[in-house]
Amino acid sequence: MKPQKRQSSGISKCFHRIFQSIFPDPLIPKSEQERKRYLLKNLILHFRPATVPEKTLKFSLTWGLGGMAASLIILQFGTGLLLKFVYKPIPVAAYTSIQVLQNEVMFGQLIRNIHHWCANFLVLIVFLHMLRVFFTGAFHPPRQFNWIVGLGLFGLVLTANFTGYLLPYDQLAYWAVTVSTGVLEYIPGIGVLLQEMVRGGSDIGPATLSIFFAIHTAMVPFGLIILMSFHFWRTRKAGGLVIPRAPQEEIKEKPIRVPTLPNLLVREIVTAIVLLAFILVFAMVFNAPLESKANPGLSPNPTKAPWYFSGIQEMLMHFHPFFSLFIIPILMMIALLCLPYIDYESNTSGVWFGSFKGRKMALVAAITATIATPAGILADEYMIDLAAWMQGVPPSISNGLIPFMIILVGIIGFYVLIKRKYSATNNEAIQTLFVLFLVSFIILTVTGVWFRGIGMKFVLPF
Amino acid sequence: MPEKQENLQNSTNTSRRSFFNKLWIFLGFVAFAEFISVVGAFLLPRKRRIKTSNFGPIIEAGPVEKFPLDSVTAFIRGKFYLSRLEDGGFLALSRKCTHLGCTIPWISKEKNFACPCHSSAFDIRGEVISPPAPRALDIYHVFIENNIIKVDTGKKIKRTEFRSGQVTYPKKKNDRITG
Repeated sequence: MKPQKRQSSGISKCFHRIFQSIFPDPLIPKSEQERKRYLLKNLILHFRPATVPEKTLKFSLTWGLGGMAASLIILQFGTGLLLKFVYKPIPVAAYTSIQVLQNEVMFGQLIRNIHHWCANFLVLIVFLHMLRVFFTGAFHPPRQFNWIVGLGLFGLVLTANFTGYLLPYDQLAYWAVTVSTGVLEYIPGIGVLLQEMVRGGSDIGPATLSIFFAIHTAMVPFGLIILMSFHFWRTRKAGGLVIPRAPQEEIKEKPIRVPTLPNLLVREIVTAIVLLAFILVFAMVFNAPLESKANPGLSPNPTKAPWYFSGIQEMLMHFHPFFSLFIIPILMMIALLCLPYIDYESNTSGVWFGSFKGRKMALVAAITATIATPAGILADEYMIDLAAWMQGVPPSISNGLIPFMIILVGIIGFYVLIKRKYSATNNEAIQTLFVLFLVSFIILTVTGVWFRGIGMKFVLPF
Repeated sequence: MPEKQENLQNSTNTSRRSFFNKLWIFLGFVAFAEFISVVGAFLLPRKRRIKTSNFGPIIEAGPVEKFPLDSVTAFIRGKFYLSRLEDGGFLALSRKCTHLGCTIPWISKEKNFACPCHSSAFDIRGEVISPPAPRALDIYHVFIENNIIKVDTGKKIKRTEFRSGQVTYPKKKNDRITG
């Protein structure tokens, strides 16, 4: 009996030693001090700060959007890894492998649905997160550069979505990618070369699929991990999120801080779980679309770009491609990149819409855009035909430069007028302009998604 | 020891040091440029090899009489349309819309090519009748040997608009054309 007992206690001691080496600290912290130490010692939680400003826990500051984006990206990594076991990235096998995934693999359809809907929600949530950051002034110092990092992340999310769009290799994928990469041809000088680089040839084919697969499954995830870590680290270095305050309140130097565990962590986990439940139900109810196999000889009618590009596609209906696909998007990108570096009169970080006046002006801009954009679309659709009125003038001028200049003059006029009328600060005026562009872009996107039917003619969605 | 030397020969030492520093920075730039050019060259599109299939770049469309006046015939293998104009001339039109590269069908009822993607339209000569397409359809070289129409699909010819010089006419011996 005695030697046996000694042996068992030896084994349990051994297990204890192994357990101790993995988890040197108590699993459930008991005191406040232990909690803070716990965050530092735990690898996963090491990303989180030990304490956060109490006021930033308020749900109506962040709406949980950043956390949701991070949760969705993790979910994409997980489902993507699973899909990689079944998917075959060559044109002759890709479509069949998706069919096998949906019909023969256990839970294959569900995993694909989750991956598909997550990707779409991710674009939306990252976009909303960007709007939240902008409208709470969270791009002012010391968070300027994190805005740029965030734009990079947005770019990566769009790249992931777009490259993933081709992979099922059905009609929807083939033609949406044909149209979207067709855009590159209009970049002066390097356009054709760039297009061949992206497509791996002059047409969409095996080379395109393997390039898109490489970008989708290696470059984007790698970039996301690097940029996300950087994004979170910069947030911590800025002392946490912007602290919400009323317009007349001063920025507090030393805000009250509370331990991350449990205050922030529990909130994050609850948001993530609710989101996960929502995605699961959504993916069970709605299947990811899969049309017939790609046929290079037959463009379906209508062929539409993915919905997140449909604002640009709608502009394409009204401007010469050089302007709608090159000049305007480039200008918008430059404007977004420059946004935190403009010389602002005041630091409005933490104040929704900057000030009371800012809120009023934003509303004016939103209403203006809601009236002007549909009016412009309808007028161009049914009344204005600049190309026909100016015979002999090249279409890049009659259908490009002239309408572009007219709209530019209109926007500058609006800016000058509203700035003078409200005697606004830089902050308020630029925010007004941002709202004007934002609402116009949303209306263009909605028009492209729901109001364009066969032959891209104007239709009602109901 | 090194510190002493530094004190003694301060001026020569700093100039030498700054020279080496600049050299290192310069070499760093060279290494970076090499890295970028290797990656760039790796990713550049390769030159396409000439297809060695049974169907070379030159496609025989058939005898002249096979194509009625004012008609369009699709060649799926060659990815082009052979259109015969009212005056008997031939044009080989690419089936790719010049706007964003969708495949355009010939609508025989309306006598035009209508792009399903952004509703550009082209006439039988490939000329734009309705934007957003910015230029006329690309063409391929057509030549006639022994009354047989041949199309060279190896080289696409870009053009901004239709010109009469782009059309290939059969020899006048065909009586159907004289009228």
